[in-house]
Amino acid sequence: MDSGRQQSRTYLGVPLFRPRVGFFELSSCEGCQLQLLNNEATLLDFLSLVEVVNFREAMKERSEDYEIAFVEGSVTREDEIERLRKIRENAGILVAFGSCACFGGVNQLKNRFSLDWVKNEVYGNSPIKTDFVRPLEAVVKVDLKIFGCPVKKEEVEKIITHIALGQEVVHHKYPVCMECKANENVCLFDIGEPCLGPVTRGGCDSWCPTNRAGCWGCRGPAEDANLEQMEKIMKENGFSPDTILDRIECFGGFSVYAEKLRKDLGDSR
Amino acid sequence: MIFKVFAKEELRSFFDTLASSNKVVGPVGIGKDRHGDTLFAFEDVDRFGDLRLDYTTTRLPAKRFFLPFRESMASFSLEKGDWKKDISYNIDRPHIFFGLHPCDINALNKLDKVLLGSAYPMPYYAVKRKNMFIIGIDCTPQPYCFCRSMGSDTALHGFDMFLTDLGDRYFVEILSDSAYNLLKNIRTSDPVEGDHVHYMKVVSEKTRKFVTRVDTTDLTKILDMEFQSDVWKQWGDRCLGCGTCANVCPTCYCYNVDESVDISLQRATKDKMLYSCTVIDFAQVAGGHNFRPERHSRLKYRYYHKHRGFVEAYEESLCVGCGRCGESCLAGITVPEVIASVRGEEV
Ligand code: SF4
Ligand code: SF4
Ligand code: SF4
Ligand code: SF4
Ligand code: SF4
Repeated sequence: MDSGRQQSRTYLGVPLFRPRVGFFELSSCEGCQLQLLNNEATLLDFLSLVEVVNFREAMKERSEDYEIAFVEGSVTREDEIERLRKIRENAGILVAFGSCACFGGVNQLKNRFSLDWVKNEVYGNSPIKTDFVRPLEAVVKVDLKIFGCPVKKEEVEKIITHIALGQEVVHHKYPVCMECKANENVCLFDIGEPCLGPVTRGGCDSWCPTNRAGCWGCRGPAEDANLEQMEKIMKENGFSPDTILDRIECFGGFSVYAEKLRKDLGDSR
Repeated sequence: MIFKVFAKEELRSFFDTLASSNKVVGPVGIGKDRHGDTLFAFEDVDRFGDLRLDYTTTRLPAKRFFLPFRESMASFSLEKGDWKKDISYNIDRPHIFFGLHPCDINALNKLDKVLLGSAYPMPYYAVKRKNMFIIGIDCTPQPYCFCRSMGSDTALHGFDMFLTDLGDRYFVEILSDSAYNLLKNIRTSDPVEGDHVHYMKVVSEKTRKFVTRVDTTDLTKILDMEFQSDVWKQWGDRCLGCGTCANVCPTCYCYNVDESVDISLQRATKDKMLYSCTVIDFAQVAGGHNFRPERHSRLKYRYYHKHRGFVEAYEESLCVGCGRCGESCLAGITVPEVIASVRGEEV
């Protein structure tokens, strides 16, 4: 990828702010960054809106001079804390990019176990530094979150366009069910499958239910999510408490509730 | 009003006549639910054999064909320093609705009052609505149907022709000249006294099958009195704020408009998406204030719009009693139960 020193674009005759952006990853699968590169049709447009100065996935050059930092991944090691603090110092705007950065993501599942056990299970005897998993905001101030595991490229492009045009970035507040109905899907509960769509923030265009798989809550809670009722519904539909817990704790977005649920279950188990 | 009867086999050739040059929408089976019951939906139908005229209730109403969940209202493009605006009403030919139940026809009549009858009719709806041919069909009341309580168990207008199953033949009520002329393509005859008797028997049998009732007596007043009632809080505790009830409702028409600039900065679109008053930001206004931040107040206003506000404006409720919202609500919130609880009846 060539960041290209293009002239700043204009929109309706007004020169646009063309921010210098950097992409960074902490502990993650880099899948969110890949999502961006995936869309060849719009990649050039994307590059004309921002000047990419740091993107290990796609380019060699590096620069510490950027205005917006997109940080993917969660914090799991001491050195990552240092890196993240440094990025925070350099960047005017720090974006938590994807669910690992926003909530800890799948990585945070290991927080349930003792660190020694996890290390041993995953890495055997090899010496490895790993700590509890934390979202970016546990370490630095986060200015904007982009949810999803992985993020949805259409949504990222929309957000970038909003930033370039100086418009406010607003997330959908409603749950996945809104989009699921708009996509005219058969509700998974009707066919006997569990789904977290009623409590999960929309914006993914009901990615999973549209593909006949129940939502796992990767985008975290919708605003005003009614988790108590969700738990009841899962029970009424015959799903075990473990099925609910597996989903609720998978991406870390519902951590407060998951912890409570785990305690309740522990007490009754 | 003109009545005819025709042998059941004739319906196939009637369908073929229509389908040869038009787009036909009708009820089809789309799979089974976990209890093994067929799930129905309105879809484009090419072959008569795919139609399921014995359908119960579709999960989603037919409104996706005249009030799509998502619809582009306008698009803009920049060209050579100038800009161009395109508006499409998103319909390229008339739709034939083959087999709508009375509730869904009545739902269209209610939508007309708001979307055609108001000071500013909605062109996106009007163009589709004015290009419809509707064949109604009678139905068997399901346990969740309460259309009779809402006065929507029969349709008096809003269709071209209406079929009632008399066993070996259909009794057809003809309301439009297009229906009259189209029916010339098949063999029909004038009903005899025996057909009338048969028709009345079918109708009274249907009426006896309703098991769910909603008492609408003085409902607008009772809703006024019970505005502060605790029952709203109880239902609100259950509500997920998921918007499903409005999305599956044949009479809900609220929508949100979103304007977005394409990443190329050369195009922009203005899109509408059906919205729901139970969703968290439905009553959030510019500046951020939210008039109904609590779920119970949003759910309450849904009932106030349907059973109070609309009744005061149009002397009828904005609910046809199809039962879809209750059937789809994962929290099990149904209109008959909510209204009974507001009336202080045992639920
Ligand atoms: S499948 Fe999931 S997201 Fe879709 S309507 Fe059902 S619960 Fe909601
Ligand atoms: S449906 Fe749920 S799990 Fe799937 S992408 Fe959307 S938020 Fe994530
Ligand atoms: S009443 Fe039911 S369907 Fe409607 S928003 Fe509440 S939970 Fe969803
Ligand atoms: S409110 Fe419910 S029962 Fe009434 S018309 Fe709408 S979906 Fe049908
Ligand atoms: S206010 Fe609510 S109940 Fe009334 S039409 Fe809109 S979505 Fe439906």
